Amino acid sequence: MLNKPDELLNEARASIDRSATEADIEAVRIGFLGKKGRLTAILRSMGDLNPDERKELGLRANRVRDEIEALIGEKKRAITAALRAERFSSEKLDVTEPGKGVSLGSRHPITRTIDEICRIFANMGYSVTEGPEAETVFNNFDALNAAPNHPSRDLTDTFYITEDILLRTQTSPVQVRTLRSTQPPIKVISPGRCFRADTPDATHSPMFHQVEGLLVDEGVTMADLKGALDAFAKRMFGNDVTTKFRPHFFPFTEPSAEMDMSCFVCRGKGCRVCKGSGWIEILGCGMVHPNVLRVGGADAERYTGFAFGIGVERIAMLKHGIEDIRLFYENDIRFIGQFA
Amino acid sequence: MLVPLSWLRQYTDIDADAETFAERMILSGSNVETVRTFGKDIKGVVIGRVLSVERHENSDHLFICRVDVGADTRTIVTGAPNVSPGILVPVALHGSELPGGIRIKKGKLRGVMSEGMICSPEELGFDDKVTPISSKDGIWILPDEFEVGADAPTAMCLDETVVDFEITPNRPDCLSILGMAREAAAVFGAPLRYPNTDAPIASQHTAADFIRVEIRRPDLCGRYAARAAEDIVIGESPWWLQRRLMFAGMRPINNIVDITNYVMLEYGHPIHAFDIRTIAGGVIIVDTAKDGETFTTLDNVTRTLRGDMLLINDGEKGVAIAGVMGGLNSEIEADTRTILVEAANFNPSGVRLTSKALGIRSEASSRFEKGVSAELSGAAADRVCALIAETGAGRVAAGIVDNYPGKAERASIRVRVDRMNALLGTTIGADEMANMLERLEMDVAREPGILRVTPPHVRIDLTEEVDFSEEIGRMYGYDRLDATLHRDNVEVVVPRSLSLRETVRGTLTAMGLSEIQTYSFVSPEGADRIGLPADSPARDFVRLRNPLGEENSVMRTALLPNMLEILKGNFNRSNANVKLFEIGNTFLNAGAGTLPTERLSLSVGAYGVWGFFELKGVVEGVLRRLGIEGAIFESAADTGTYHPGRCARVFLPGSDEVAADRRAIGLLGEIHPDVRAAYDIGADVWGAEIDLEYVIGRADLTRRYEPLDRYPAVTRDVSLLTTEDVTVGAVTEIIAQTGGKLLERAELFDVYRGKQIPDGMKSLSFSLTYRAPDRTLTDEEVAKTHEKILKAIEENTGAGLREV
Repeated sequence: MLNKPDELLNEARASIDRSATEADIEAVRIGFLGKKGRLTAILRSMGDLNPDERKELGLRANRVRDEIEALIGEKKRAITAALRAERFSSEKLDVTEPGKGVSLGSRHPITRTIDEICRIFANMGYSVTEGPEAETVFNNFDALNAAPNHPSRDLTDTFYITEDILLRTQTSPVQVRTLRSTQPPIKVISPGRCFRADTPDATHSPMFHQVEGLLVDEGVTMADLKGALDAFAKRMFGNDVTTKFRPHFFPFTEPSAEMDMSCFVCRGKGCRVCKGSGWIEILGCGMVHPNVLRVGGADAERYTGFAFGIGVERIAMLKHGIEDIRLFYENDIRFIGQFA
Repeated sequence: MLVPLSWLRQYTDIDADAETFAERMILSGSNVETVRTFGKDIKGVVIGRVLSVERHENSDHLFICRVDVGADTRTIVTGAPNVSPGILVPVALHGSELPGGIRIKKGKLRGVMSEGMICSPEELGFDDKVTPISSKDGIWILPDEFEVGADAPTAMCLDETVVDFEITPNRPDCLSILGMAREAAAVFGAPLRYPNTDAPIASQHTAADFIRVEIRRPDLCGRYAARAAEDIVIGESPWWLQRRLMFAGMRPINNIVDITNYVMLEYGHPIHAFDIRTIAGGVIIVDTAKDGETFTTLDNVTRTLRGDMLLINDGEKGVAIAGVMGGLNSEIEADTRTILVEAANFNPSGVRLTSKALGIRSEASSRFEKGVSAELSGAAADRVCALIAETGAGRVAAGIVDNYPGKAERASIRVRVDRMNALLGTTIGADEMANMLERLEMDVAREPGILRVTPPHVRIDLTEEVDFSEEIGRMYGYDRLDATLHRDNVEVVVPRSLSLRETVRGTLTAMGLSEIQTYSFVSPEGADRIGLPADSPARDFVRLRNPLGEENSVMRTALLPNMLEILKGNFNRSNANVKLFEIGNTFLNAGAGTLPTERLSLSVGAYGVWGFFELKGVVEGVLRRLGIEGAIFESAADTGTYHPGRCARVFLPGSDEVAADRRAIGLLGEIHPDVRAAYDIGADVWGAEIDLEYVIGRADLTRRYEPLDRYPAVTRDVSLLTTEDVTVGAVTEIIAQTGGKLLERAELFDVYRGKQIPDGMKSLSFSLTYRAPDRTLTDEEVAKTHEKILKAIEENTGAGLREV
């Protein structure tokens, strides 16, 4: 009788070994350990034994119960693990299949470029302002010190709406508007559309974009102009570019300059982008002409300032390696879509 | 401006090689376009004399020539029609090399051995537009001044470097060899030498014997200087003169014309020569033409003049359009014996208007337009005479007839040293500044802290103090200026409209739409193509006076036509599933003399994707992102642009929610099949245009938190059977109005037509959510409100509950 629990243990071990599913193992548990189970039956039959035997049998039965329980637990975990493994294996995905994201739209490369230029200058403390696309001849030419017979005023160069109203040929009229509406210190940039009567080809567009810059304050020097624009070039094209300022002519600045930048593609060695020269013409700039300050209502003795104009298409073409300006306005989704 | 360096070096001493020269000129403000070298790659070309010319037996265009090349004679076959016995020519011998790496070898031409090649100017590296007339389309007939057998590059001085400078419009003085020499001399600190203007007088006459000058319009002609020369023998210019013209980009014509061109290039002052035979009565009158007067210019075109154009006349007839082009009647001819040399100064605007109106652009007119110093006229006329004497072209008459009503003393300009330094950010001393200016041939009087500067008369660009800041800056070197950042105390402001446009862009791109940018000017036909009604205000275009073409002739009043054009372009390229938007200005007439009103608009367009409700979702998404609530969508069957059954007009409610206050902000829908056909797009197209200017004005990006629900909601689904004319909007409105406080929201989750639904009817399924903020609702409470809603719907629309 005393050996009964151990015999039972051997039997249970064999049953557990044979169990393959969670249901099998549950049946084993009920068969041996359940209320009507065989081990329970042994304990119930203990009434016939003497107290010592009863005690001994109780100890043995409890030990065997613990052991069976442990064996069942172990087997259960093994079965669960096997089921998991089977499920994982059946659920395995080919992760190299393409993703199914929502399609992302693109911002137009011109918008992108304007945004980048504006952000750089905003980080240098420039505010943003805008002016109208249709302007007065006064703001576009006269107030900007352009000679009355300057060829750029011709119908062959400039789109006119009336004798006195035109489509602005540059963003510079915003200088006039800003000077007239604000007292120095003034520190603004102004992005926008410009128009010139050019027939479209790979490098010309009758509509294009500029970002104008204007800083007017006491004590502004040409060195400040160099500092600001050199910083812009480095942030736009990378810290290793260098800049070079060449004297140039604009009616509304004196002195005037053009800024060249060392080619960011070949690092100045000479390549296709810089046409072998190692330098790329980037923008025009200069110290605001006192006549412009005066027309704008600023004290030209007290204040000095600088202005610059950046061609957005040119920057975008350089930056993205675009070779035909017309692509911007054809708006082929295969082109636009590259700028998401 | 083409500058042969050997010519420049006549006036100043520049030792630097071409590369250094170009670099330093660029940094001082004379930008270099190109640097071209000539002659270096020519080897084995000699001067030869053609001894005889025979026709080639086997060709109707080839000639067989015997050519003396010094050491011996060679047989050379040429196809040049201008070959003749006796002429001097450049001969490329067997084994010679020409520009571009071309090697010349002897070879048979139609059976005859040719021992080399007689060269044209182009074959020696010249542009055909500078080829001397006699050598055009043929071999180069050289001036008879070379030794036969001499090495041609050496004898002809073909080794040359030509620098092409980009001259800015403020510096017309630099459109001359002397002007560039002045710049170079200043940059390199070298002396400047002027050419000889002193002609030996060999004539018995004086200029006044031949000519009298009367200026009737001193406002248009500030100076008229005239000299004369007799016993002119028209012929070919000497090689040194032809050579310089050719390298400077001008074609040699004859000695007198060449000299006037030479002096124009040298001084930058246009010169005209008349055959004095043709000047009746020996008088030159500078006056305007009669309105409608006709005149034949030397290009043999008869032109009709206006009364404001300056026509030089001799009292009987016109002889030249002042500063623009001479007349055919007074042209220098092969038998011209006596000439009048005109060096006059004409008003820039006058010349510009005349040349524009007549459509003539000459070297002279373009120079006068940019401005020529009147002070140059005398020297330029003298220089022409000196060259006539020097080249033996004729005998120069003494004296000059010089009418100079426009003479003005050049005043000095006060330049403050401190001001210059303040502009440049430098600490240049007064003396150093003065020295820089003196190097540019300026007279400088030094006073404490001040320089009184008189620039040379050719520097018509220097008129006020600030102009000298650039002169000092460029002489000092822009590269030597510091690079600093101005310290300021200003706040950064970004306009609300700009940042909200960026918000809209971000929202639309996140929804998968891509941005386009299109021209602000469009074709007026777009209005017809999108089916706008005849009385639409969008047909009141702002027109350009000088458009590139009809298709870009008016400012856009709407963005939709461009959007459809772009969709069409994409469709034609088989781009699938295109979803686009544009944000841009429209232009509305604001009345005469006023700038047009520019108004921001948003267009959306798509094909190959979407139905109406996806499009509506996009518009709703933008409004929601801008914090705009309560948009009303009403069916719009009247647009012409959109499918009458699939178009909505969008309204925003007025501020006080009064229905009449509401404002239409745009349209959206399926593009009308006729419009689609007009754009030739073979797919359903969805479009919208929204008044973004107004919408942005209503935007509200503030967000107020609403407490999260603490009590459970009760949801009741209901399906209603209604006739087709009952809209979801109307039912939703009734539900919202009768639901009271307990109704949290009502959502449409299904619209069903088909089996079990009679024709002309539809089933609308709503999910109604009830909730109270302060308690759990009882079934009775919910049932009461729910019943009330259903009753209201039934009473107002006749819709009945559908048993599901």
